[in-house]
Parts: sequence; C-alpha cells; structure tokens
Amino acid sequence: MSGPKYPGFDTLALHAGQSPDPATGARAVPIYQTTSYVFRDAAHAASLFNMERAGHVYSRISNPTVAVLEERIAALEGGVGAIATASGQAALHLAVATLMDAGSHIVASGALYGGSHNLLGYTLKRFGIETTFVSPRNPEDFRKAIRPNTRLLFGETLGNPGLDVLDIPTLSGIAHQAGLPLLVDATFTTPYLMKPFELGADLLYHSATKFLGGHGIAIGGLLVDSGRFDWEKSGRFAQLTAPYAGFHNMDFEEESGTRAFLLRARREGLRDFGACMAPMTAFQILQGIETLHLRMPRHVESTRKVVGFLSTNSFVGKILYPENPDHPDHALAAKLLPWGCGAVFSFDIKGGREAGRKFIEALRVFSHLANVGDAKSLVIHPATTTHYRMSDEDLGKAGIGPGTVRLSIGLEDADDLIADLDRALKAAK
Amino acid sequence: MNVAVNGKDAFAYTAAHALDAAKRSIVFVHGAGLDHSSWGLQSRYFGYHGFNVLAVDLPAHGRSAGPALAAVGQMADWVFALMNELKIGKASLVGHSMGSLIALDFAARYPASVERIALIGTAYPMKVSEAFLGAAARNDPAAYDMETIWGHAPQAPFSANPNPGMWMYGDTLARLSRLAPGVLHADLSACNGYAEGIKAAAAIRCPAQFILGARDMMTPPRAARELIQAVAGAQTVTIGSSGHSLMAEAPDATLDALAAFLR
Repeated sequence: MSGPKYPGFDTLALHAGQSPDPATGARAVPIYQTTSYVFRDAAHAASLFNMERAGHVYSRISNPTVAVLEERIAALEGGVGAIATASGQAALHLAVATLMDAGSHIVASGALYGGSHNLLGYTLKRFGIETTFVSPRNPEDFRKAIRPNTRLLFGETLGNPGLDVLDIPTLSGIAHQAGLPLLVDATFTTPYLMKPFELGADLLYHSATKFLGGHGIAIGGLLVDSGRFDWEKSGRFAQLTAPYAGFHNMDFEEESGTRAFLLRARREGLRDFGACMAPMTAFQILQGIETLHLRMPRHVESTRKVVGFLSTNSFVGKILYPENPDHPDHALAAKLLPWGCGAVFSFDIKGGREAGRKFIEALRVFSHLANVGDAKSLVIHPATTTHYRMSDEDLGKAGIGPGTVRLSIGLEDADDLIADLDRALKAAK
Repeated sequence: MNVAVNGKDAFAYTAAHALDAAKRSIVFVHGAGLDHSSWGLQSRYFGYHGFNVLAVDLPAHGRSAGPALAAVGQMADWVFALMNELKIGKASLVGHSMGSLIALDFAARYPASVERIALIGTAYPMKVSEAFLGAAARNDPAAYDMETIWGHAPQAPFSANPNPGMWMYGDTLARLSRLAPGVLHADLSACNGYAEGIKAAAAIRCPAQFILGARDMMTPPRAARELIQAVAGAQTVTIGSSGHSLMAEAPDATLDALAAFLR
C-alpha cells in the first residue's frame, strides 16, 4: 500500500490557504480592503484579544487576504506559518527584533544585499545589536565568530553580487550545535528552486517584490518559520520561553510550541513596529505566486542561453553564475540547486567603468533600474550607480569590478535578449 | 507547570494560572505524537474562564521526559498519578484521538476522580493500518506524512486556516519532527492494542460528550458508533467541516461544544 500524497507544488501555488470565498463564492482571492472586523459580542471580543480564540481583529495584525498569502508561502516552503510584511527589509527586521535585544549578536554572510548589510552593519548597531560578517564560502568562519551573546546565523541562499551558494546543510549543523537558528534570505531562489527548510534552515524570508510577485508592481516581504527549532531546548531565547509582560505575561513557547516565533512576531512585532502588508499588495503577490512554477523554469532556461552567449563573447570577462564550471560554488550548486541557479548573475565587461556605462546606455530591451526578479529583464552597473562612491580598490573588496554588470533575466524571447546584449557590447568597445 | 510524575519530569500547561482548589479542573490529553499545544485554542479559554486547566504532555511528548508509555491503561494511570501529585481529586477529562481512549479508560477505572469526559475524534476499536504502524516502527518520515494527511480533512490544504497565516500540515509535521525515535510507534501501538473500549464505555457513570469531524479520515464518525451506543446518555456533536484535527480545523466549534458541555 502506498502512502498518502501531498498536493504538488503547482497545485499548492494555486490553491493553498484559500477556498472559494464563503460570503460570495468568489473563486479568486478577494481583496479584503478592510481594517477591522466586528466582534460577535463582548465576550468574543475579549477572547480574541486574549488569544483564547483565533480570528481577525485589525489588519495590522492579520487580514483575510494577507492571511491567504501567508498560508500559501508557508505551504510552498514547508513551514509552520508565515507573516507578510511591508517589504523584504521589514521581514528581516521583524525576525531580528523578535529574537534579540540590545546586546545580542549576529553572525552573517558578508555577501549580502546592500540594504541588509546596512541594516545589520550600521542601523541595528545603533540599537545595540552587533553583526560579525564572515565569508559565506568558509562555514568554519561562522563557527569561529559565534559568541555567548550570538542569537542568529544569517546568509542569502545565493549571495550578492557573486552568487555565492550558501552551504545550508553545513551552516545549519554549525548553528544547531551552538543552539542557534539559521535564517536565510531565499529571495533569489524562491521555493521553486530551493527548499531551505529541507536543507536545515530554521527561518527564511523573501523579498516578495522579486520573483514571487514577478511583475514589479508591489513591494512586500514574507517571513516563514519552519517550526522545527526548539527554542526551549536552546535556552538562549527568553523572548520566547519566559513570561512577557508586554503580552499578558505570555510564555510564547509554552503557549504554542512550534508556533512560538510567529506568535511573538505577529503579536508584538506587527502590533508594535507595524510594518504589515497591505491587502492589495498581498493580492498582487498572490497573482505572481500562482504562476511561479511556470515562470521560474523559463527564467532559468533563458538565463542559461544568455550566459552561454556571454561566455563566447571576447569583450566579456568573468561571469559569476554558479552553473558555470569555473564558479567557486559550482559543485555545491549542483547539489543544492538541481533545478537551476536562478536568473540573476553578474559579469565583467572589459574596459572598466566607461565601457560599463556605454554598455548600459546602448541596451534597448533591458531596463536600467535597481531591482531584480521582474518579468522584464533588468540591468544595473554597480560602479556607476549603487556603489558609485567607492574606489576601484573598495569595489574589489566587495567583489565588484569597475566593469561588473548585474543582469536579471526576464521572460522575453531569449534571442531578443541576446541580440540586445550583443549590440550593447559592440557599442561599449 | 513542571511536576514530577512517577519520579520523572512532566509538564502540564495551565494557561499561566496557579491551580486553585476552589475551581473545577479540566485535564486535556493530546493524541498520538502530539503535545499540549494541540489544545491552544481551547485550553487557554478555560484557564481564563474559571477552571483549572492541565493540558498535559504525556511522557516523551512535548516537555515531558520519556520513555513513552506502551498502553492506554498505563497512560490513564499516569494521568491519575499526575492529578495525585497536584492534589486534584476530581477533574473533567478531554481527550483527542489516543487521548480520548485515555480519558475513556480513566473514567472507567477511576470513577471517583472524574466529573465529565469529552472524547474528540475518537473510534473504537482504534485500529491503525499495517502501513502506518510499519512506517512508524521504522521511524520512517512517511509515518509523519500519513498522520499529517490523514489527520486533516481532505480539503484542509485548500482552505483558509482559522488561525491566520498558519499552515496546518506544516504545524503537525513540525511537532512530529520533534519526537524521539519510537515515540509515534509506541502511541500508535497503544491505540491499535486497546481492547477495553466497550467494557470501559459500559462502566461510564459520568456525563460524556463525543465531538466528531464529519470529514475525519482517521476516525470517521461511523467508527465511533458502537462506542457511543455503549455509553449511557452520551451527547454527540458532529462538526461538518472538520477532519480529525478538530481543535485546529474547527477551533471555535470545538470550543463552543466543550464550553456548553463542561460549564
């Protein structure tokens, strides 16, 4: 007798967390553009506030449309639940603020999105939370950087800008040995290309603005908990395992076990910091997720064609894409990312900053902007935009050359993308 | 609260209240492989509405030390020992699935210590398939998948969780993933081997309530019929939308039924 089967990824992407609207029969997820929800009576109101019953009270804490998105991403990631936030940055902040106080410490990969680096390296430092940055390619450096006050290990599934592949199985082993959780930013991979929880990560988040939405019309974040980290056993997280005066003296772990992290993140983090997702945004991100399983293979297929073209162009230097045999993490990528290494990568144009500038300006199909993961192909030249204040030497330390260009491959005809790149490379010479 | 039962560490959730001898008490007993947090949307309510609440972690579950107990009767004895430790002379017992058999057995053997029993997602006999038992015996994750999928109504993955933002399958799997090897098999074997159900049901003298899920794949309502008929004056509530995980799938309906019965 064969066992029962879970619904497949494609089915969950379309259906998880939602049945036809009980009020109207609407098949699509309705946009509950609503702030607040009527209590049945005074006792019902009191029971909702005291968490004796579940339900919606105020849309900063939960909203019916947003809840569908949260449940759907939790289903796709294999998590216990999720919280939608105003942006990916808000999701990272919510995770940190839920687990830490002033005096806490994070060990993070040095290959991070610039916004995350700013938050950890500068802003959180002002609030007493310090971060040690280490190379994602040396897991032992994470172990060496752990201190008694460390509360989190953190990295990106695919790092910025060198597409460093995070060795999640090894890092999670190091984290768990130290009684710590591993948080990953899974934005570049999405649950279609990688399931970080199956590899050992405990928490993850997405900038849903990118591939999950895919349309470049909505900013949002999603924080997902595997529910597998035992906060009580770790003994390092009084935030979750001791009575909290800020919420009825609740011991979140005692109250809800596997749901403790999300319970505090929602009931304190959304309540007090307030970086919730708007219902319209949740609806828009859901529209993207419903075709994620169709879009991601096409993103990867076109990326492979573009990388193949660039590999043969004499004006192109180093290409940083983990599927290429010369990428430092090629073997690890083959193991952890068998369905592809995504659609964002960097390459160097010979000729430095000026060649990079000419190249960007000659492109017609690629859009020059600061984003990735759109259905439309995107390009940015860090040396003249995001990192323009840095010297060539400092750029080098960040893994960026003066001629480094980052591409995000969209869903256009790959031949048109290659023709566009070919024309721009000739113009840059 | 932490308490030593038979010399081993045990835990019972009390909704952050100290036990009060003047209050009536309710003991919540979870199902196979689960723990006290199964009752989050029921136990907290009673703790804040005038009852002593003890949502226990059976040995080797949640925060209670092992080893797991091998038979339903042993588990009922353990609950009795826990009540003795806490000087609770009488309580209502609310049990889910395996916990319902424990509550039933407890009520038959300790009639002076029981006020009422509520049996949720129950069946008798509670036979477990060879495939499920075998997978659990091998500590094969397939056993967790069986408990997760069969433990919810077929439409559960395509419905909104009453608890916003939570994924029911993920929650069950996460809890099962924390079990020590062999614990789920011990629980399932205890359910499968329990042979005292009808005899115990006939001995029940306290008010009894059955709460069943119409879409329960593990213990479908028809599988409880014989047991219900054997309990004199039993009250039955069937929740149309729910599968086996009634406390999560239909938390308000389950709570409302319990509140009406236990008040």
